[in-house]
Amino acid sequence: MVRLITHNLLSCHAKGCTTNNFPLQFKDAEIEHRDAEFNPEFIRGLLPKIEWKALVDTAKGLGDTSLPDEQPEMMDDELLKTLHHVLLEVHIEEGQMICPNCNHVYPISNGIPNMLLAEHEIA
Amino acid sequence: MIPTPNLSHLTSKDFERVYEPAEDTFLLLDALENDAEDLKNSRPSICLEIGSGSGCVSAFIGTILGRSALYLCTDINTYACQCTVATGRQNKVCLESVSTYLDRSLHTRLKHCVDLLVFNPPYVPTDSVEVESAQTSPAIASAWAGGVNGMELTNAFLKLVPELLAPQGRFYLVAVKENNIPNILATMLNEHNLAGKVVLQRRAGREHLHILRFEKQASQVQT
Repeated sequence: MVRLITHNLLSCHAKGCTTNNFPLQFKDAEIEHRDAEFNPEFIRGLLPKIEWKALVDTAKGLGDTSLPDEQPEMMDDELLKTLHHVLLEVHIEEGQMICPNCNHVYPISNGIPNMLLAEHEIA
Repeated sequence: MIPTPNLSHLTSKDFERVYEPAEDTFLLLDALENDAEDLKNSRPSICLEIGSGSGCVSAFIGTILGRSALYLCTDINTYACQCTVATGRQNKVCLESVSTYLDRSLHTRLKHCVDLLVFNPPYVPTDSVEVESAQTSPAIASAWAGGVNGMELTNAFLKLVPELLAPQGRFYLVAVKENNIPNILATMLNEHNLAGKVVLQRRAGREHLHILRFEKQASQVQT
């Protein structure tokens, strides 16, 4: 499944593509919302691994403007719940992810991102 | 006793295209179960399984650790990725499946972030041509064809491990005797500064299976 937490960890790895290769841009994304159990400790544990700006920009691109542009220093429960929703309950089932640098297209099918490259595209 | 994941949703047709859990898988589950308390106490937040196949191992890890970790799974075989997701669903564990070679596309962002890393590689010695064709047109052979000494894929991955592991991260690897286990342990220690040991071994038919566990923290103490 491509949830935004996973998307936040994916970057382009095509040959020669080493800068500006993150975050990948969604195109034609088919979105499903599925409830997940809220676990504030889990979200707090993930926070240091998240690129905040990439997450906010990606969520905005999908029409979700619930997160503040700057990462707040203090995380209250309400914000953790918002993050929970954005990171874990938004599923991209079909569509594409496009590298902002080299425009390589990574398709998403049945919720699975296909990051495989052909032999000549591998670094 | 932690229950083996329920795989009743997968059929013999699926196992023509995806590796069916066998003795090697179960030995890995046993090793993880032996370490279950330790694993829980270390509070992992990111788990990564390379070559998740049916999803049996990650679903088992999810059963141990519950909903406080992210379970990332990769497989070069896209069909296996679908089975992984389905197995997660069947066992009420959310498995995040990415179709890729080893950890490609995740490596950059996961540097020093992986708390629990697991790899049951294609370890069967074959010729190199076989491993190449298995990995470029992934089908069932990509689950076992390991090339020279059964180590071609494992060697490609081992050099990535130190960079992936979080400061207190752990790495579990399945290997057979033909892979030259003393050599794997020595290489990891000398070239990658990661101390490891055999935590479990078992004979299953012709295979002498081993589970190796590497720990970053333990290595740092020793050096």
